[in-house]
Amino acid sequence: MSESGHHPAPLSPVERRVAALEALLTERGLVPEGFIEEITRRYESEIGPLNGAKVVARAWVDPGYKERLLTDGTAAIAELGFGGPEGDHMVVVENTPAVHNVIVCTLCSCYPWPVLGLPPSWYKDPPYRARMVREPRTLLAEMGCPLPGDVEIRVWDSSAEVRYLVLPQRPAGTAGMTEAELAGLVTRDSMIGVARL
Amino acid sequence: MPVDGIHDLGGMQGFGAVAHSAAEPAFPDRWQATARALMEVVAGAVEASGGEFRHSIERMDPGHYLTSSYYEHWLTGAATLAVEHGLVTHAELEARAGGRFPLSGPALAPPVADTGPDVGEPRFGVGDRVRVRDWHPPGHTRCPGYVRGKAGTVVRVDGTHSVPDVEAHGPARRYEPTYSVRFDAAGLWHDGQRGVTVHVDLWDSYLEPA
Repeated sequence: MSESGHHPAPLSPVERRVAALEALLTERGLVPEGFIEEITRRYESEIGPLNGAKVVARAWVDPGYKERLLTDGTAAIAELGFGGPEGDHMVVVENTPAVHNVIVCTLCSCYPWPVLGLPPSWYKDPPYRARMVREPRTLLAEMGCPLPGDVEIRVWDSSAEVRYLVLPQRPAGTAGMTEAELAGLVTRDSMIGVARL
Repeated sequence: MPVDGIHDLGGMQGFGAVAHSAAEPAFPDRWQATARALMEVVAGAVEASGGEFRHSIERMDPGHYLTSSYYEHWLTGAATLAVEHGLVTHAELEARAGGRFPLSGPALAPPVADTGPDVGEPRFGVGDRVRVRDWHPPGHTRCPGYVRGKAGTVVRVDGTHSVPDVEAHGPARRYEPTYSVRFDAAGLWHDGQRGVTVHVDLWDSYLEPA
């Protein structure tokens, strides 16, 4: 606390509850020193959608890799050094001019951590989970991804052990770009399937 | 007593727009990272399975579940498991927090005494028509309510995995194949949208031949 007498902002009720559980578990010797910082570092810097973007860009430039990715997603993603919890059983679904894929977890928040990082809040909140399996055409349009009526929409509800990654279509006019430049075009949303590139 | 959990949101109406953001930090505030870490601590200490972890959140009071954030769910689940396994008491939590500390409700299914045999060989293959059993188990399940009683087509046979309905309620385990099953939206919803299929990943015992 500073000498000028300012008090820190009072804790919110949920912060008080977190502090209570943390204190009691720490007193019992169950929280290793630095564990919370370790969790923060692990999920903020080791995983994220940049990993998935590298997978997608590789698939765009290397037909053999793309075939392996669509056949055994887990192994092909591991070729680029990515894997781990929530990525042990990966299935990659390919967008084409006629087919659009989108992923959801209606029961909780299952998401392919190694390639996309932790899920965004909206993916975990009720509106997305409730609506994507019932009115995907409407919801995708609302989210800025309107699709022609003749494009088939395939929704994938991650209700067991498989985690999904959408392979977006390579944008037109990118023939001269390097793999690294292509990776820079790939957004998190395009790999969830709520955006097209 | 209604036992279908509030977490089973697929198809529920009335929620409005998705609060989309293009990017956000993993943990906007420190308490969220702490809540996540504490769940990992508790789950490790009590050797909770994935099913037991998820069920500790699914048992939240429905009003609390829908009006609290994701990491408040994790906090509530972690505290519930910590109390149920004797690491701390509810009274200690409330004394330290200086106020109410809502926990999840009790599990309504007993530990599974007889798991039955593992299922090694898949009963179904790609292209088979299957129907989801129309049941309402009192405990944890990974069978979403919106496909119960519905017929679909197997599009993928995945590996053999521990059945969540068993592992959530004690040390027993049963292993079964899992499948990805494709459902036409028109068969799921009276207002199903054209040109839409929904794929749900389901354990063997959730299914019967159609």
